[in-house]
Formats: sequence, structure tokens, C-alpha cells
Amino acid sequence: MAIPRTQHSDPANPAISNLQPAAELAEDDRDHPLFETRKKVYPKRVSGKFRNLKWVALIVLLLIYWVVPWLRWDRGPSAPDQAVLIDMDLGRAYFFFIEIWPQEVYYITGLLILAAVGLFLATSLFGRIWCGYGCPQTVWTDLFMLVERYIQGDRNARMKLDKSPWGFEKIWKLGTTHLAWLVISAATGGAFVLYFHDAATVVRDVFTGNASVGVYSTIAFLTGSTYLLAGWAREQVCTYMCPWPRFQSAMLDEESMIVTYEGWRGETRGPIKRKNLARGEVPETGHCIDCYACFNVCPTGVDIRDGLQLECIGCGLCIDACNEMMDKVGFPRDLVRFDSIQNTRLREHGQATRTRIIRPRTIFYSFLVVLVSAVMAFGLFNRETLEVNVLRDRNPLFVPLSNGDVRNGYTLKILNKEQAEKTFILTATGVDVRDFQVIGLTPNQNGDFELDVAPDRVGSFRVFVAADPAVLQDEATPMDFTVTDKVTGATKTYDTVFAGPKK
Amino acid sequence: MSTHVEKDAVTGTDTTGHEWDGIRELNTPLPSWWVYVFWACIVWSVGYWVVYPSWPSATDYLKGTFGTTNRTQLHETLNNVAAERAPYMERLAALDLHEVANDAELLNFSMAGGKAVFADNCAPCHGTGGVGNPGYPSLLDDDWLWGGTLDDISQTLHAGVRWTENPDTRFNEMPAFGRDELLSRDEIGDVVQYVLAFSGRETDATAARRGAEVFEFNCASCHGEDGKGIQELGGPNLTDGIWLYGGDVATITETVTNSRGGVMPAWEGRLDEETIKMLAVYVHSLGGGQ
Repeated sequence: MAIPRTQHSDPANPAISNLQPAAELAEDDRDHPLFETRKKVYPKRVSGKFRNLKWVALIVLLLIYWVVPWLRWDRGPSAPDQAVLIDMDLGRAYFFFIEIWPQEVYYITGLLILAAVGLFLATSLFGRIWCGYGCPQTVWTDLFMLVERYIQGDRNARMKLDKSPWGFEKIWKLGTTHLAWLVISAATGGAFVLYFHDAATVVRDVFTGNASVGVYSTIAFLTGSTYLLAGWAREQVCTYMCPWPRFQSAMLDEESMIVTYEGWRGETRGPIKRKNLARGEVPETGHCIDCYACFNVCPTGVDIRDGLQLECIGCGLCIDACNEMMDKVGFPRDLVRFDSIQNTRLREHGQATRTRIIRPRTIFYSFLVVLVSAVMAFGLFNRETLEVNVLRDRNPLFVPLSNGDVRNGYTLKILNKEQAEKTFILTATGVDVRDFQVIGLTPNQNGDFELDVAPDRVGSFRVFVAADPAVLQDEATPMDFTVTDKVTGATKTYDTVFAGPKK
Repeated sequence: MSTHVEKDAVTGTDTTGHEWDGIRELNTPLPSWWVYVFWACIVWSVGYWVVYPSWPSATDYLKGTFGTTNRTQLHETLNNVAAERAPYMERLAALDLHEVANDAELLNFSMAGGKAVFADNCAPCHGTGGVGNPGYPSLLDDDWLWGGTLDDISQTLHAGVRWTENPDTRFNEMPAFGRDELLSRDEIGDVVQYVLAFSGRETDATAARRGAEVFEFNCASCHGEDGKGIQELGGPNLTDGIWLYGGDVATITETVTNSRGGVMPAWEGRLDEETIKMLAVYVHSLGGGQ
């Protein structure tokens, strides 16, 4: 689409400039600023089925957030007993019975894929329920609005208060609101660090001034971001900052359950008086009484009667609001309803509605969810608790010894992922070894080196192997290191090479 | 330039009142909050003059109430590091070398600490990780000029080699047989052939036989009759394949003619005792330790 060119600056005639009277320009052709000034939203209190669901989601999610760091899970003396903990210093993440090391961060990738596909699945089934019920932005904004409503009153009172001149009441009410928001924000930021440290210890450290700069700055940052995002930015986060609303329409089809307005039955809208009906009488068409109840309760300030739109977070509060009004005027409920666009059309034509959960799209998303979950579960239950890494010295590749042998140096790392101290026996095969030493250790009576590795730790050992260059195949002769658990007999082999002089 | 403020009909905004060649500019000032933040930052910056070093004077500068300097910050950082290391350093000081090497924790600490100290102080001559350079011995192999036990290494580190400022320094001196005319060219050629035979290389057999006698009278007192060296005297082993300066005929001839004698500084007094212990354990752990 071509951008209409309306202003012509004629250098030969400076009188024609952009200061032309606007009246000469078509309405659509005027220069509008690209950014719209925010229209403050004053959501009205509402009650009903969806509001109750939203309360339940709010309480459950906030409880999870604030309670989970306090749950304990016994892992023995060598690991922390916090059920959910990401220990950045040590590089361990604990989640109940699961423990992962930094190199197993691919589980996080799996989780993120699951989260994304799960979101796609939920959206194709039920529209933006994540946005409306689960997203932290929604949950905290809802909580902040609750506080705001409690202190300043409902929609009309808040609008009035905002318009009123500064005085004791306004300062007092706005001040307490912001103070309460800041307290909630601080509790939010404070709870976040509990997931990264022992909860009780870090709480004590924070209040006694002994916590690290990292802890304090994390709390400060999250306090600030919570206060700004849930207190001030609110629906603008969803509309302007979040990428998800921008492509969520790709997940939806005409059979997805979304918050819809049944225009066929609502229009022509108009005040109830004009419908000229006796109370309780149901008009043929035009059930919408244009009361704006749906608009007034909307947390993002949209009019659902304009249809599905970017700003709508699918929370369904407008359904509750509309039903309340419909009950009052005695019209059938669900003029705004949670249903598919297809069903709206079917109802319009008087046909039976049908809700199809199983569709190619949902089958595909479910398949992906099952597949990724299965891969992750397989990976998790077959997780290796013993790993060996060998780093061969490269400077120099080998050391000539006085008896004519050559010696190679290796750094052997044994990853003991069990919560028990382990002893491993180290053997080298593939090369006729003439001398074998592990720095700091002496061989046992069988001539084997016993390597002790602490529970849940990496053991690092310097290993030297010497061989006669005459028996080496080549510059690089394949060689294996094998570690054997002294108790269980479990083994792990690492293929490496033994370097020698050019033949 | 006129100063005629107009209202722009399209946007409804005032112009700045200036006009340049027919171009007028809309007056869209910065948002007030931005301006307030700007002024607040300026006010805040004044605080820096007070607490941090700021204005120069003719001879000095304004120090600031916090007393911050890069030097104090560096010292603070170093002190923190020292405090973290203190428990290990105390144990390093209390234990002797062998006890340190047999303590798994201190062994690890010394290997890591020694590696860093080695890179700072020793690597310029001995090479990264102790691989050695021509004229500077490799510390990885099992061929030691002055001994490869923990105590020997420690002694060499403390007193150096041919470091005359230290009375305990490792010292020997190979005569410059050619330059000082102790041996003739022919004799030198013969003895070089004899020396080559030690490490099993092809030689001129008759020259080597003549060289045997020269070796016995001139070299055996330090290098041993069998050429295996005498470690107490720092006489290098000539029978292995490891050559400090090179093992070809030309290099050995040059060595015999002009003599050799590398110098290593004594580290006693330059590095503290705990650091020398770490270094000794580290060098001993490089693979050649005896």
C-alpha cells in the first residue's frame, strides 16, 4: 500500500508549504503521530464465573511463587535440602528429585520448547488463556488493581480522584496505594532470590545487611520492574512490549475457543429504553443495550464488541460483566461468550453448535508436547551419574625421557553425580604402558591407582603415561582411559590418543 | 530570520518561530519528566565532586571524602584475595614440603598457585608450562641437572644456579677447552665422537677410541666415567637423548670449545617461602619429579 503523499513542498513557490490549512486534506491523509497517548484504563470491579477463575489462578500462582522456595527435600548431607534451588556458585540446579549440572542445560532447552508448544496448544484450544490467567504480568497487575481498588475505590471513584485537585485525600490515597505496591514489589523481588540461595539463610542475610551485592541488586531490579510493569505500564506491556500477542493469531482458527461478542444477536445496539420493550421482553435482535459494562471491566481497555483484537488478553471478565447486565434486563445470557467463531456463525444461522477439540492443529501440537516430554523423560531417567573427560596436554604433545621413552600428560576429570563418595580405579589400554603415574597418589598393592571423588563433585587428576616410541603405531596411537567404580563395578571409558614422535 | 510563532494546521503544534529558507520547525519540547531527570542528574553529579577525587589544584587535587583512589581499591582487592588464601598459606607455612605434597588439598592449591607463579616468573626462560627452551632446561622430563626431588628443586629455587650473589647457589664451571687451548682441535673432534657414542649414535670408531682417553682425563671428573653425569656436581648426563643446547656434532663441538653455563636467579627473598613451596610442588608435579 502506497503511503499517501499529501504535502508537496514546491521550492519555486514557498507559499505552498506544510502549513496548509488542514481542511483541504482528506481525513485519512493527515499526519498522525505514530504513537498514541495512553488512555488510562480504570477497570471496574466485576464478579462471576470468569472472575472467580481468575481469583483462583491468582491465589494458586502467587502461592506457588512465594511458598515453593520454602519446601524442603532431603538429598542427604552432601547436597542442599531445598526442593527447588538453582545454585549459581556451585553450578547445580535442584528440582525435587531432579538435579542437573551446567553441562546438562539442554534440559532447559527442552523445558522452553515444551513451554512454547504448550502455549501454542493452549492457544489453539482456548485462545489467550495464558495471557488472561497465567502470565505474571496479568497476575501481578490483577493484584495491584485489587490493592488500588481497595484503597481508592472502584472505577468511578478512581476517575474522580485522578481528576480532583491535589489535596490531603488524593495524596493520602495515592501515597498508600504506591506504598502498598512497593511493598508487594519488594516481596516479589525478594522471593526471586530465594530460588537461588538457601531461603532461610538469604532472608536473614538480606535483613542483617550481609547479603551479596548481587542479591541486593536483583531484589532492587525486580522490585523496580514489578512496580513499574504492574503499577504503571500494565496493559501497555501486553500491547507494546510483549511479542506473543503479535503472532498469537497464527495459532488460532475458527474453532478455537475465544472471548467473542455475538454481533448477530447484539446488533443493532442501543439503550434499553429505545428498544421500547416492556421489562423482561426479549427483542428479536439488538440484545446489546450499549451499557459499556464489558468495556468498563476490561483490564486492557478494549471494547470486545469490536471483535477479536490484539489488545484482548482473553480473560473473559467482559463475559461476567455482560451476563450480569443481561440478567438484570432479562435478556438471554452469553451475549459475550467464551466460544468459537464458528459456533457464533452456526448459532446465527440457527444450526447446532459443535466444539471440536481434536483438530489437525491440536493433534500436531499435542504430538510435539508428547514427543518432547518423552525425550526429556527418557533423558532424565537415563541420566548418566558418572562421566569422564580427558584433556590431553598439547604443549608439549609429548616429553622425551632419559631412557628413550616418551611421556604424555593428561588431565582426567571424573564427574561423580551421585550423592555418595566414590572410589574409581583407573586403567589405560591400547598402548603398551611402561610407566603410569597419577600426581599425588601412590598405587595400591595391585598396582592400581584409586581415585577418590567427593559426592556430587568433579574430581580432577593429573595423569602421566610413558611408552616406548618403538611400539607406537604412529604419531597418534589410540588409547583408552577406563575408570571403574570400585564398589559397583560401573565403568566409563574415554577414547583419547597417545602422541609420539613422527615415524 | 523571523521570530513569528505560528500554529501548524496539520499537527496543531506551535512552530519555534524561526524560519530558514522557508523551512519552519515544529516546537516539540522534551517531555517534562525527561527534563526533570536531566536536572536531577546534574544535581546528583555535584555529589561526586564532594565524595570522589575531582578538581585538580596547582599542586594537588581535591581528594574527596570517601578517600577513594585506584591504589586503595587495588590494595583492597589484593587483601581480599589474600584473606581467602590465608588458611592455605598458613598451612603451607607450617608444613614441610613433603607434607604439603602428600596433602591432597594443599597439593591442588600448590599446583594451581604454582602454575600462576610459574607463568609470572619462570615461563620467560623455561617456557609456558615448563617445556623448556634451547639453553633453558625442560622441567617436564626426568633429566635433572641438579636433582629432581622436592628438596633438590626447592634448593635450586632458593639459591639459583651460578647466581653468585647467593652463597648457597648451585655452581660449577665447564672449562672452555678450545678457547683456553686446553685441548687441540683434533682432540675436541675425537672427544665429540666419543660423546656421540654414549647415546648410541654412529661415530667414527677410531676417533672415538682416541676420544675416550681425552674424556677420561678432562671430562669424567664431572660427567662421570660412563658419561651418566654426576648430579651432586651438576654434571649433565651425556648418555640420554636429552640435550640442553643440542646434541648434533656442531653444537657439541661448540660446547666443548667455548663451554656453557646458564644462570638462574635465586628466588629466596624475591618470592616468599610459601610461594617457593608452591612452585617446588608444582614443578615436581609436572611429570619428572623424583
